[in-house]
Amino acid sequence: MMDKVGIVSYGGYVPHYRIEAGAIGAVWGIDGTARGKSLGIIRKSVPSPDEDVITISVEAARKAMRCCNTDPEDIGAVYVGSESHPYAVKPSATIVAEAIGAAPRMTAADLEFACKAGTAGIQICMGLVASDMIKYGMAIGADTSQGAPGDALEYSASAGGAAFLIGKKNLMAEINTTLSFTTDTPDFWRREGQLYPRHGGRFTGTPAYFKHINSCAQMLFEKMGTKPEDYAHAIFHQPNGKFPLRVGKAMGFSDGQLEHGLLTPVIGNTYSGAVPLALTNVLDHSEPGDRIFVISYGSGAGSDGFDITVTNRIKKLRKKGWKPLSEMVNDYQLLDYATYAKFRGKIRMGGIA
Amino acid sequence: MPEARFWRENQARYNMIGHKCGKCQKVYFPPRDMCPKCRRASMGKMEKIQLTGKGSVVSHTTVHEGLPEFQMQIPYTMAIIELEEGARITGQIVDCNGECVKIGSEVETVFRKLGEEGKSGIIHYGYKFKLIE
Amino acid sequence: MREVAIIGIGETKFGELWERSLRDLGIEAGFKAMGDAGISGNEIDAIFLGNMSAGQLIDQEHIAPLIADYSGMAEKNIPAIRIEAASASGGLALSQGYMAVASGVHDIVVVGGAEKMTDVGDDAANEIMAKTADQEWEAVFGATLGSLYAMMARRHMNEFGTTKEQLASVAVKNHLNGSMNPHAQFRSPIKLEAVLRAPMVASPLGTFDFAPLSDGAAAVILAPLDIAHKYSDTPIKILSCGQAGDYMALHDRKSITRMDATVVAGKKAFKYAGIQPKDVNLAEVHDCTTISEIMAIEDLGFFKKGQGGKVTEDGSTALNSKISINTSGGLKAKGYPVGASGVSQAIEAVTQLRGEAGQRQVSKAEIALLHNIGGTGSSAIVHLLGRC
Repeated sequence: MMDKVGIVSYGGYVPHYRIEAGAIGAVWGIDGTARGKSLGIIRKSVPSPDEDVITISVEAARKAMRCCNTDPEDIGAVYVGSESHPYAVKPSATIVAEAIGAAPRMTAADLEFACKAGTAGIQICMGLVASDMIKYGMAIGADTSQGAPGDALEYSASAGGAAFLIGKKNLMAEINTTLSFTTDTPDFWRREGQLYPRHGGRFTGTPAYFKHINSCAQMLFEKMGTKPEDYAHAIFHQPNGKFPLRVGKAMGFSDGQLEHGLLTPVIGNTYSGAVPLALTNVLDHSEPGDRIFVISYGSGAGSDGFDITVTNRIKKLRKKGWKPLSEMVNDYQLLDYATYAKFRGKIRMGGIA
Repeated sequence: MPEARFWRENQARYNMIGHKCGKCQKVYFPPRDMCPKCRRASMGKMEKIQLTGKGSVVSHTTVHEGLPEFQMQIPYTMAIIELEEGARITGQIVDCNGECVKIGSEVETVFRKLGEEGKSGIIHYGYKFKLIE
Repeated sequence: MREVAIIGIGETKFGELWERSLRDLGIEAGFKAMGDAGISGNEIDAIFLGNMSAGQLIDQEHIAPLIADYSGMAEKNIPAIRIEAASASGGLALSQGYMAVASGVHDIVVVGGAEKMTDVGDDAANEIMAKTADQEWEAVFGATLGSLYAMMARRHMNEFGTTKEQLASVAVKNHLNGSMNPHAQFRSPIKLEAVLRAPMVASPLGTFDFAPLSDGAAAVILAPLDIAHKYSDTPIKILSCGQAGDYMALHDRKSITRMDATVVAGKKAFKYAGIQPKDVNLAEVHDCTTISEIMAIEDLGFFKKGQGGKVTEDGSTALNSKISINTSGGLKAKGYPVGASGVSQAIEAVTQLRGEAGQRQVSKAEIALLHNIGGTGSSAIVHLLGRC
């Protein structure tokens, strides 16, 4: 039987700044706090003007490297999944690889699959590791997504990312299996050269998010022969604070199982970073033997499912340079809308800027 | 070409790779081919050294009138940092307003955008600092 | 080595001179100096021109022959040399002209300094000034020249208890001196509260802690001392010149509250002249910021390290006090056309030593010191001038 493939180490990153739903609504003449409540979002993270998917990815990957003993030169692949890569042409992943000391004897590429490019990267690394093409792979999901000013997405689109070092040795969590459910469903998109994405309104719900997550989850239960009560934690993609609870509870998961895998209410939707960040937070709160049920979702559309079991090694990891994600989630500075607009480049500048 | 000008410094700016004089052991950042103390005796004896990126604030200022590239970040905090290994460098302290920085404050590096060659040009990355809580 | 004297001086008005080009300014200063010395173009052997950054400021490189040409010297085919040491370009041009005459290579030399700062916007000017620090390891990371001086100020306050009021008192004194100088860009005295209230540029330094960006040019004529009396009733002797360098980046220096380049250049100048700091009656020091003047008067040996703020506040550096510092108004009030400033300092010293400074005349002015800094102190040039 093949060696198990899994997570050797992990790290998450959330920018320091936040804006509250109330501050956004005030600008557009509506009760933002109430609007936020209906979306299950209190506040969302905002990247500094000097942060982007590359800097977030580097910070997350470095955090992962700090709490393991892996030689960065043993990393054979770096994948950065995002829908807000700073360059249209020029990989984010090469910069990340250089910044963690993994280059040059390795492969790297950028991925895009709306909100699930991060979990797609985990799957690709798993395949390369399982086939012994590489010893370790770094899979990162990160975004600094923007919602158009005044659009419903402005309350949720935020920034953050997480990195997973995938390998066969020294696993702190084994990935028991992974599978995907994929169709052509145009619920959300952004064309080349456009600043903001567009979406199909309520079409993003039943035929898109719910259909793919439910189908993927069903496949995963069937393949593993499991039921919700077999898992300590469950994580679902979280474009807002409501969808993941609704989909999870309908499957039979309890509030307790869903608690640590839900970050969107306090940091917003980090898109490609959302499920990866939720997974880092769940791992932070896991004990050896805990089983984790994960379903991501990317518009366009598809879901990746993972069945994960935490090992004893998680204790070792916590002894070496480990800092829980909650430190970043809970330490923040609020911005007003004007400063948020400035930070996000929404103000039309004169001259050379 | 500014691309090459920045690219050739990436090792130092991304990963805090400095030089140590093989003769007197003094650490330099950015890397120098010659130790200003040992001069000729140090030629060919400067060794690469990975710095921790941790240090303390020697002096600092909050910049209100800055370079055009940094307009979006104004007011921003600049500091001279003395690294653990002894070398001193100049860098920005992020995620804080100037008032939380003091002479002697402990800092560590973070990876950030340093600038870009306009909207269509290359983006430059490297170290900045944040306070260690 | 021959002894060298300044036999003529001339400068333009300093300020925002929208109608004037760098050529216009250079020519005006040169002609005034030649007129003052009573020489004709036929007698000039060479031109040394201090200029920081014409290439970026007016898109023109190779400006020394340009100024010579427009001064009518093209067919004389004399050498014209541009000298660059950032904000110390003028001082360095003076020292190079001095050495050329002292060595016997040239007899009559024009030393000019010129800068046109306002043909680019303030942002671009600040960017260009920042490049006089270490571009790759300071400016790239967001350091402006002002922010680097601000860090010197913060550290000076921390180490020696220097106060914002003491910093401000430099500006107040220099504006008072400038109010008595018809050539000064700013001719109104300012109040301490106004300096303290000014908006921050880089804390703890505000707008009034900085010298302005100015256009202007200055020129002096040098001749061997033995023939100087032929041209001038009051030739002023260059007693000595000392230049020194230091690490390019501020962070690499041994201390950021002391400029070793100034310390060494000053010691050299005093040694060559065989005099002491206490012998100096007036000094034009490089006050591009208020903290620069405080550090300069310490580093030159006029006051103990750490006392610069205190002695400025108590009036020891005011006109006709213990030592008269920046009687011209300094860069702060007279104006700061960067590459011209070092030469302009010489003009103030000559004016004072000739006894022609009017309202701001230093009594019994026998010896004057000039101090010019490049960047954040990686170049320093000190000249000592005396009556013959």
